[in-house]
Amino acid sequence: MGFLSELRKDLSFFGGFKLTIQHLTRPRVTFQYPEEKKPKQPRQHGRHVLNRYEDGMEKCIGCELCAGVCPAKCIYVRGLDNPPDHPVSPGERYGFVYEINYLRCINCMLCVEACPTEAITDSKMFEFSFTNRSDAIYTKTELVVDDEGRPQKMPWEDWREGDDLMTSGWMRATAPAGNAAYEGIPQWSGELGYGVRQGEGGQSENRDDSVTGSKLLRDLLPGHLLKEDIDPVHLGVQGRVSRAKKQGEFNKVRLEQARDRLIAKRAQWKVDKANRKAAK
Amino acid sequence: MNGMLAADHLFDQGLTLAVFIIVVVKVVVAFAVLMGAVTLMIWFERKAISDMQSRIGPNRVGPWGLLQTLADGIKLFFKEDLIPAESDRFVFKLAPYLVVVPAFLIFAVIPVGGTVTIAHHTFDLQVADPPMGILLVLACSGIAVYGIMLAGWASGSKYPLMSSVRASAQMVSYEAALGMNVVTVLLVCNSLSTRAIVDAQGGAFWHWNLIKTGLVPFVLFLIAATAELNRPPFDVVEADSELVGGFNTEYSSIRFALFYLAEFMNTITMSAVMVTLFFGGPAGPVPNIPHIRWIFPIMWFTLKVVAFCYMYIWFRAALPRMRYDQLMDLGWKKLIPASLAWMLLVAAALTSWRWALIVLAAVFIGWIALTQAFEIGADRELSDASVLPTIGQRPLPGRVLRRMTDGDGDEVASLDDTASDEEVEA
Repeated sequence: MGFLSELRKDLSFFGGFKLTIQHLTRPRVTFQYPEEKKPKQPRQHGRHVLNRYEDGMEKCIGCELCAGVCPAKCIYVRGLDNPPDHPVSPGERYGFVYEINYLRCINCMLCVEACPTEAITDSKMFEFSFTNRSDAIYTKTELVVDDEGRPQKMPWEDWREGDDLMTSGWMRATAPAGNAAYEGIPQWSGELGYGVRQGEGGQSENRDDSVTGSKLLRDLLPGHLLKEDIDPVHLGVQGRVSRAKKQGEFNKVRLEQARDRLIAKRAQWKVDKANRKAAK
Repeated sequence: MNGMLAADHLFDQGLTLAVFIIVVVKVVVAFAVLMGAVTLMIWFERKAISDMQSRIGPNRVGPWGLLQTLADGIKLFFKEDLIPAESDRFVFKLAPYLVVVPAFLIFAVIPVGGTVTIAHHTFDLQVADPPMGILLVLACSGIAVYGIMLAGWASGSKYPLMSSVRASAQMVSYEAALGMNVVTVLLVCNSLSTRAIVDAQGGAFWHWNLIKTGLVPFVLFLIAATAELNRPPFDVVEADSELVGGFNTEYSSIRFALFYLAEFMNTITMSAVMVTLFFGGPAGPVPNIPHIRWIFPIMWFTLKVVAFCYMYIWFRAALPRMRYDQLMDLGWKKLIPASLAWMLLVAAALTSWRWALIVLAAVFIGWIALTQAFEIGADRELSDASVLPTIGQRPLPGRVLRRMTDGDGDEVASLDDTASDEEVEA
């Protein structure tokens, strides 16, 4: 018997042959890149845009906080007092010069975090290239959104459908610390062409995810789901999103089970804690 | 001269102009077909292996990516040809040719089809049929090792050097097993000429050496040949995760292309050799259709070779690379004894059944003795009573040297794990 099990161990490499033949019938994972592309994530970081208010005024006030926070030192801003007769921005000053060098930008979007007026935000477009260095420096001409509030699409940029839809400050979670009192209440200004945007899905059911397109992510990443509760097939964000798009919905039964387990765990933990205290 | 050429019917009437032209045409056609076949083989390998990995593979250049190899070749041709400063320049330049030329030469003795008559000249569809044809195969595959070895050595770089050391050791280990399986075939076929070997296997498939030699030599030959080709799972020579690229790391441009070419050409040639030795070469059913009868043997031959090529690709997709010591174990402890035993058995069985029984008994005794010997050897190395420290705890040479020079305590005690356990307890 020992000999047989040894032999079976020795011949286990035949599993590889079986697997490779099975792969012949499986669907191909390759995307034919320039023609077809993988769907982008709702929070994909891309090239910046400079937003305007609903009345057409620029949001930038030339405070240079973005330039100060930029770790790559790729932003150059000069502010100027607004001309009294035809102001560019509603405040005292406006961004007179605004330049981003995309040979240096690392798409960290700390500038978006720093901006007090949600003037600079990002689109999802990242596929663009240049034939000389000066083309890589985007000025206000390229960065400021057009009269309909859409990012300007330069001929050398590869814009795909939906890349320009989720710009602006709507992306910030409505209640970052989980404070339920502020859930579903937008805390940002209106956008040219879009008005006040609906917030991204977060902690509760209080908002309309179909408007923001973030329903998928919220279904997949509920607040208290443990990592081992996620089916291994769905590990990796790409796998999760594509699977969810195919199936429509994440396995709700598993989710509920996970939540129940978690509640039980917490109860157990409280009991243990009380026991320990009692023992002391 | 006459003696050497005697085997080929083409030279029966002496060396005339027509005969000369036929020979030249055969050589040119063989060369061109082989070049085309290599191009297709590279494409085929890339496509087939991507199928097995749920990928698509080359599909941009030409229909189904067929011209990808051509595009790669043109790109390589126009790249800068670098020669490392530390290299031995002459040997560095020579090495690629030592690999490519034997790869072409081997194919010269492979019978790709039956016999054809053109303008009253009857000749075989193979470039040459020397009386010692199969020895040429062994000799050429031996020379190809020199190419790899010298390429690694002449590069003046450490990874290629390691690769070439591995290559030579691997070739030496597997050449013996390869040769002994060839001998088994020769015993059955009674000839060294490849044409004669193929003719002896004519007819239905139970005449093939695969059946006649009893399947085992084919399996052993297949394993040894895969190792000889440096193909996965025996590709320790080019193990790119260990040795960058192996012996061809320092090569670029057209010289690298030559290595690349030779590698795939060797795959085709070795498949062809295997088909010749064990699968009857061009043997197969030939329907009696006038004028195109000669096509069918070529078709059968091509089909068999393609099947073997696909099998090599499958190996590459399915099997993980063997460790170097596993490779040596397989070669010396398993393949060589098994080949030798089967060769002796076949030789004895061809003589008489009494001899067969005697040799069978001898092989059985030998097998037991060898197994025991291997076990004792493993025991000496790995057991608790081993004189050597266990493998995971062997100190690095530098540490041993430091201990010896600095006189840091009792060496044996500190190296031996049982002793150190006692120290801990004390």
